[in-house]
Amino acid sequence: MITLAKLLTLSGVLFSLAVAGIFLNRKNVILLLMCVELLLLAANFNFIAFSRYLNDINGQVFVFFILTVAAAESAIGLAILVVLFRERRSINVEDLNTLKG
Amino acid sequence: MLIQVLFHLFAAILILAALGVITARNPVYSALALVMCFITSAAIWLLIEAEFLAVVLVLVYVGAVMVLFLFVVMMLDINLAELRKGFTRFAWLGWLTAGAVIAEIAGVVWAHGALGLDASRGPAPEPAGYSNTLALGSVLYTRYAYPLELAAVLLLVAIVAAISLTMRHRAGLKHQDVGRQVAVRREDRVRLVKMDAEKRP
Repeated sequence: MITLAKLLTLSGVLFSLAVAGIFLNRKNVILLLMCVELLLLAANFNFIAFSRYLNDINGQVFVFFILTVAAAESAIGLAILVVLFRERRSINVEDLNTLKG
Repeated sequence: MLIQVLFHLFAAILILAALGVITARNPVYSALALVMCFITSAAIWLLIEAEFLAVVLVLVYVGAVMVLFLFVVMMLDINLAELRKGFTRFAWLGWLTAGAVIAEIAGVVWAHGALGLDASRGPAPEPAGYSNTLALGSVLYTRYAYPLELAAVLLLVAIVAAISLTMRHRAGLKHQDVGRQVAVRREDRVRLVKMDAEKRP
Protein backbone atom coordinates (compact mmCIF):
# COMPACT_ATOMS: atom_id res chain seq x y z
CA MET A 1 0.00 0.00 0.00
CA ILE A 2 1.25 3.47 -0.89
CA THR A 3 1.18 5.24 2.45
CA LEU A 4 0.61 8.96 2.93
CA ALA A 5 4.04 9.28 4.55
CA LYS A 6 5.79 7.95 1.43
CA LEU A 7 3.88 10.28 -0.87
CA LEU A 8 4.61 13.30 1.30
CA THR A 9 8.30 12.41 1.54
CA LEU A 10 8.49 12.01 -2.23
CA SER A 11 6.91 15.41 -2.77
CA GLY A 12 9.24 16.89 -0.14
CA VAL A 13 12.28 15.51 -1.93
CA LEU A 14 10.96 16.84 -5.24
CA PHE A 15 10.34 20.28 -3.72
CA SER A 16 13.79 20.51 -2.18
CA LEU A 17 15.47 19.38 -5.41
CA ALA A 18 13.64 22.18 -7.19
CA VAL A 19 14.77 24.68 -4.54
CA ALA A 20 18.36 23.46 -4.93
CA GLY A 21 17.94 23.85 -8.70
CA ILE A 22 16.98 27.49 -8.24
CA PHE A 23 20.19 28.02 -6.28
CA LEU A 24 22.33 26.16 -8.83
CA ASN A 25 20.91 27.66 -12.02
CA ARG A 26 20.40 31.16 -10.76
CA LYS A 27 21.69 32.71 -14.01
CA ASN A 28 19.58 30.85 -16.54
CA VAL A 29 16.00 32.12 -16.75
CA ILE A 30 14.75 29.07 -18.67
CA LEU A 31 15.99 26.69 -15.99
CA LEU A 32 14.51 28.91 -13.28
CA LEU A 33 11.12 28.57 -15.00
CA MET A 34 11.58 24.78 -15.19
CA CYS A 35 12.40 24.67 -11.47
CA VAL A 36 9.23 26.63 -10.74
CA GLU A 37 7.31 23.96 -12.69
CA LEU A 38 8.93 21.31 -10.49
CA LEU A 39 7.92 23.22 -7.35
CA LEU A 40 4.33 23.35 -8.55
CA LEU A 41 4.44 19.63 -9.33
CA ALA A 42 5.57 18.90 -5.76
CA ALA A 43 2.73 21.02 -4.41
CA ASN A 44 0.27 19.15 -6.64
CA PHE A 45 1.58 15.86 -5.24
CA ASN A 46 0.66 16.98 -1.74
CA PHE A 47 -2.79 18.11 -2.83
CA ILE A 48 -3.54 14.81 -4.56
CA ALA A 49 -2.12 12.72 -1.70
CA PHE A 50 -4.28 14.45 0.88
CA SER A 51 -7.28 14.51 -1.41
CA ARG A 52 -7.12 10.75 -1.84
CA TYR A 53 -6.23 10.10 1.78
CA LEU A 54 -9.06 12.19 3.22
CA ASN A 55 -11.45 11.09 0.45
CA ASP A 56 -12.18 14.70 -0.50
CA ILE A 57 -12.41 15.49 -4.22
CA ASN A 58 -11.91 19.24 -3.67
CA GLY A 59 -8.15 18.79 -3.44
CA GLN A 60 -8.10 17.44 -6.99
CA VAL A 61 -10.18 20.37 -8.21
CA PHE A 62 -7.54 22.63 -6.70
CA VAL A 63 -4.81 20.74 -8.58
CA PHE A 64 -6.80 21.31 -11.77
CA PHE A 65 -6.75 25.07 -11.17
CA ILE A 66 -3.05 25.02 -10.26
CA LEU A 67 -2.34 23.30 -13.57
CA THR A 68 -4.32 26.01 -15.39
CA VAL A 69 -2.51 28.85 -13.68
CA ALA A 70 0.88 27.18 -14.16
CA ALA A 71 0.26 26.73 -17.88
CA ALA A 72 -0.71 30.40 -18.22
CA GLU A 73 2.32 31.42 -16.17
CA SER A 74 4.79 29.46 -18.25
CA ALA A 75 3.26 30.71 -21.52
CA ILE A 76 3.60 34.35 -20.45
CA GLY A 77 7.00 33.71 -18.87
CA LEU A 78 8.36 32.21 -22.07
CA ALA A 79 6.89 35.06 -24.12
CA ILE A 80 8.67 37.56 -21.87
CA LEU A 81 11.83 35.48 -22.22
CA VAL A 82 11.65 35.60 -26.02
CA VAL A 83 11.14 39.38 -26.00
CA LEU A 84 13.99 39.74 -23.52
CA PHE A 85 16.33 37.70 -25.69
CA ARG A 86 15.38 39.78 -28.72
CA GLU A 87 16.27 42.99 -26.86
CA ARG A 88 19.39 41.88 -25.01
CA ARG A 89 20.71 38.83 -26.91
CA SER A 90 21.11 37.15 -23.50
CA ILE A 91 19.00 35.42 -20.88
CA ASN A 92 21.43 35.88 -18.05
CA VAL A 93 19.68 37.11 -14.91
CA GLU A 94 22.68 39.30 -14.15
CA ASP A 95 22.10 41.31 -17.32
CA LEU A 96 18.65 42.34 -16.14
CA ASN A 97 19.73 45.36 -14.17
CA THR A 98 17.88 48.18 -15.92
CA LEU A 99 15.62 48.74 -12.93
CA LYS A 100 18.58 49.13 -10.60
CA GLY A 101 17.87 52.32 -8.62
CA MET B 1 2.52 -5.67 -3.70
CA LEU B 2 2.93 -4.93 -7.40
CA ILE B 3 1.65 -1.41 -6.76
CA GLN B 4 4.28 -0.97 -4.04
CA VAL B 5 7.07 -2.06 -6.36
CA LEU B 6 5.81 0.17 -9.19
CA PHE B 7 5.49 3.12 -6.82
CA HIS B 8 9.08 2.77 -5.63
CA LEU B 9 10.32 2.33 -9.19
CA PHE B 10 8.51 5.44 -10.41
CA ALA B 11 9.56 7.43 -7.36
CA ALA B 12 13.21 6.56 -8.02
CA ILE B 13 12.91 7.53 -11.68
CA LEU B 14 11.15 10.75 -10.68
CA ILE B 15 13.92 11.78 -8.29
CA LEU B 16 16.66 10.90 -10.77
CA ALA B 17 14.89 12.87 -13.49
CA ALA B 18 14.50 15.85 -11.14
CA LEU B 19 18.23 15.67 -10.43
CA GLY B 20 18.77 15.62 -14.18
CA VAL B 21 16.66 18.76 -14.60
CA ILE B 22 18.74 20.77 -12.17
CA THR B 23 22.20 19.50 -13.12
CA ALA B 24 22.07 18.92 -16.91
CA ARG B 25 24.64 20.87 -18.91
CA ASN B 26 22.30 21.65 -21.77
CA PRO B 27 18.82 23.19 -21.25
CA VAL B 28 17.43 20.81 -23.89
CA TYR B 29 18.39 17.85 -21.69
CA SER B 30 16.84 19.66 -18.72
CA ALA B 31 13.58 20.03 -20.61
CA LEU B 32 13.62 16.35 -21.61
CA ALA B 33 14.30 15.32 -18.01
CA LEU B 34 11.37 17.49 -16.95
CA VAL B 35 9.19 15.61 -19.44
CA MET B 36 10.34 12.39 -17.76
CA CYS B 37 9.40 13.91 -14.37
CA PHE B 38 5.90 14.71 -15.57
CA ILE B 39 5.35 11.28 -17.10
CA THR B 40 6.48 9.42 -13.98
CA SER B 41 4.38 11.76 -11.82
CA ALA B 42 1.37 10.94 -13.97
CA ALA B 43 2.12 7.24 -13.45
CA ILE B 44 2.24 7.72 -9.68
CA TRP B 45 -1.02 9.67 -9.77
CA LEU B 46 -2.54 6.76 -11.69
CA LEU B 47 -1.33 4.40 -8.97
CA ILE B 48 -3.13 6.43 -6.28
CA GLU B 49 -6.27 6.54 -8.44
CA ALA B 50 -6.32 10.15 -9.58
CA GLU B 51 -6.72 9.16 -13.21
CA PHE B 52 -8.16 12.34 -14.67
CA LEU B 53 -5.36 14.56 -13.38
CA ALA B 54 -2.75 12.06 -14.53
CA VAL B 55 -4.10 12.23 -18.08
CA VAL B 56 -4.39 16.02 -17.89
CA LEU B 57 -0.79 16.24 -16.69
CA VAL B 58 0.46 14.27 -19.67
CA LEU B 59 -1.75 16.07 -22.19
CA VAL B 60 -1.30 19.63 -20.94
CA TYR B 61 2.22 19.53 -19.58
CA VAL B 62 4.03 17.07 -21.80
CA GLY B 63 1.90 17.88 -24.81
CA ALA B 64 1.78 21.66 -24.61
CA VAL B 65 3.91 23.34 -21.97
CA MET B 66 7.04 21.26 -22.41
CA VAL B 67 6.83 21.50 -26.19
CA LEU B 68 6.70 25.28 -25.73
CA PHE B 69 9.74 25.09 -23.47
CA LEU B 70 11.64 23.01 -26.01
CA PHE B 71 10.72 25.41 -28.81
CA VAL B 72 12.01 28.36 -26.83
CA VAL B 73 15.18 26.58 -25.71
CA MET B 74 16.00 25.55 -29.27
CA MET B 75 15.03 28.91 -30.77
CA LEU B 76 17.25 31.02 -28.56
CA ASP B 77 20.94 31.05 -29.31
CA ILE B 78 22.25 30.97 -25.77
CA ASN B 79 25.83 31.32 -24.65
CA LEU B 80 25.89 28.35 -22.29
CA ALA B 81 29.43 28.84 -21.02
CA GLU B 82 28.53 32.26 -19.67
CA LEU B 83 25.42 30.91 -17.96
CA ARG B 84 27.27 27.97 -16.43
CA LYS B 85 29.97 30.16 -14.96
CA GLY B 86 29.84 30.03 -11.17
CA PHE B 87 27.47 27.04 -11.32
CA THR B 88 28.74 25.60 -8.05
CA ARG B 89 29.29 28.91 -6.28
CA PHE B 90 26.10 28.73 -4.26
CA ALA B 91 25.75 24.96 -4.60
CA TRP B 92 26.52 24.39 -0.92
CA LEU B 93 23.71 26.79 0.00
CA GLY B 94 21.37 25.01 -2.40
CA TRP B 95 22.12 21.54 -1.08
CA LEU B 96 21.96 22.85 2.50
CA THR B 97 18.51 24.33 1.89
CA ALA B 98 17.39 21.15 0.15
CA GLY B 99 18.67 19.00 3.00
CA ALA B 100 16.97 21.21 5.57
CA VAL B 101 13.66 21.07 3.71
CA ILE B 102 13.86 17.29 3.34
CA ALA B 103 14.75 16.85 7.02
CA GLU B 104 11.90 19.09 8.14
CA ILE B 105 9.31 17.40 5.96
CA ALA B 106 10.52 13.91 6.86
CA GLY B 107 10.53 14.85 10.54
CA VAL B 108 6.95 16.07 10.36
CA VAL B 109 5.70 13.21 8.24
CA TRP B 110 7.37 10.31 9.96
CA ALA B 111 6.76 11.55 13.50
CA HIS B 112 3.84 9.50 14.74
CA GLY B 113 0.57 11.38 14.76
CA ALA B 114 2.20 14.77 14.15
CA LEU B 115 -0.28 15.58 11.40
CA GLY B 116 -3.20 14.50 13.52
CA LEU B 117 -3.57 11.62 11.08
CA ASP B 118 -2.17 8.17 10.76
CA ALA B 119 0.35 8.74 7.97
CA SER B 120 1.32 5.09 7.82
CA ARG B 121 -2.04 4.33 6.25
CA GLY B 122 -2.65 4.56 2.54
CA PRO B 123 -5.68 5.96 0.73
CA ALA B 124 -8.65 3.63 0.76
CA PRO B 125 -9.15 2.04 -2.67
CA GLU B 126 -12.16 3.33 -4.55
CA PRO B 127 -15.11 0.95 -5.02
CA ALA B 128 -15.51 -0.85 -8.32
CA GLY B 129 -17.22 1.25 -10.97
CA TYR B 130 -16.02 4.50 -9.44
CA SER B 131 -15.11 7.13 -12.02
CA ASN B 132 -12.61 9.76 -10.96
CA THR B 133 -13.49 11.90 -13.98
CA LEU B 134 -17.20 11.75 -13.14
CA ALA B 135 -16.58 12.72 -9.52
CA LEU B 136 -14.32 15.59 -10.52
CA GLY B 137 -16.66 16.82 -13.24
CA SER B 138 -19.70 16.74 -10.99
CA VAL B 139 -18.13 19.22 -8.57
CA LEU B 140 -16.25 21.20 -11.22
CA TYR B 141 -19.42 22.15 -13.12
CA THR B 142 -21.59 22.77 -10.07
CA ARG B 143 -19.76 24.05 -7.02
CA TYR B 144 -16.76 25.34 -8.95
CA ALA B 145 -18.57 26.64 -12.05
CA TYR B 146 -17.60 30.26 -11.41
CA PRO B 147 -13.89 29.52 -10.69
CA LEU B 148 -13.89 27.37 -13.84
CA GLU B 149 -15.08 30.36 -15.89
CA LEU B 150 -12.40 32.49 -14.25
CA ALA B 151 -9.76 29.93 -15.18
CA ALA B 152 -10.98 30.02 -18.77
CA VAL B 153 -10.72 33.82 -18.81
CA LEU B 154 -7.24 33.54 -17.32
CA LEU B 155 -6.18 31.28 -20.18
CA LEU B 156 -7.64 33.75 -22.68
CA VAL B 157 -5.68 36.57 -21.03
CA ALA B 158 -2.54 34.42 -21.23
CA ILE B 159 -3.10 33.84 -24.96
CA VAL B 160 -3.60 37.54 -25.63
CA ALA B 161 -0.61 38.49 -23.47
CA ALA B 162 1.74 35.97 -25.05
CA ILE B 163 0.76 36.95 -28.60
CA SER B 164 0.88 40.69 -27.99
CA LEU B 165 4.27 40.38 -26.28
CA THR B 166 5.95 38.41 -29.01
CA MET B 167 4.30 39.86 -32.12
CA ARG B 168 6.44 42.47 -33.81
CA HIS B 169 5.70 44.85 -36.66
CA ARG B 170 8.75 45.06 -38.83
CA ALA B 171 9.02 48.24 -40.86
CA GLY B 172 8.77 47.82 -44.62
CA LEU B 173 6.80 44.61 -44.38
CA LYS B 174 3.78 44.34 -46.71
CA HIS B 175 0.56 43.30 -45.05
CA GLN B 176 -3.16 43.43 -45.72
CA ASP B 177 -5.50 46.01 -44.28
CA VAL B 178 -8.83 44.26 -44.40
CA GLY B 179 -10.86 47.38 -43.59
CA ARG B 180 -9.44 49.31 -46.50
CA GLN B 181 -9.82 46.30 -48.78
CA VAL B 182 -13.51 46.06 -47.98
CA ALA B 183 -14.14 49.79 -48.18
CA VAL B 184 -12.66 50.18 -51.65
CA ARG B 185 -15.01 51.40 -54.43
CA ARG B 186 -14.97 50.82 -58.15
CA GLU B 187 -14.14 54.49 -58.75
CA ASP B 188 -10.92 54.16 -56.72
CA ARG B 189 -9.50 51.42 -58.87
CA VAL B 190 -10.88 51.59 -62.40
CA ARG B 191 -10.26 54.53 -64.71
CA LEU B 192 -12.05 54.49 -68.05
CA VAL B 193 -10.22 56.35 -70.74
CA LYS B 194 -11.90 57.50 -73.94
CA MET B 195 -9.62 57.39 -76.93
CA ASP B 196 -9.87 56.97 -80.65
CA ALA B 197 -9.34 53.58 -82.19
CA GLU B 198 -5.80 52.98 -83.39
CA LYS B 199 -5.31 52.69 -87.11
CA ARG B 200 -3.71 49.48 -88.30
CA PRO B 201 -0.36 50.44 -89.79
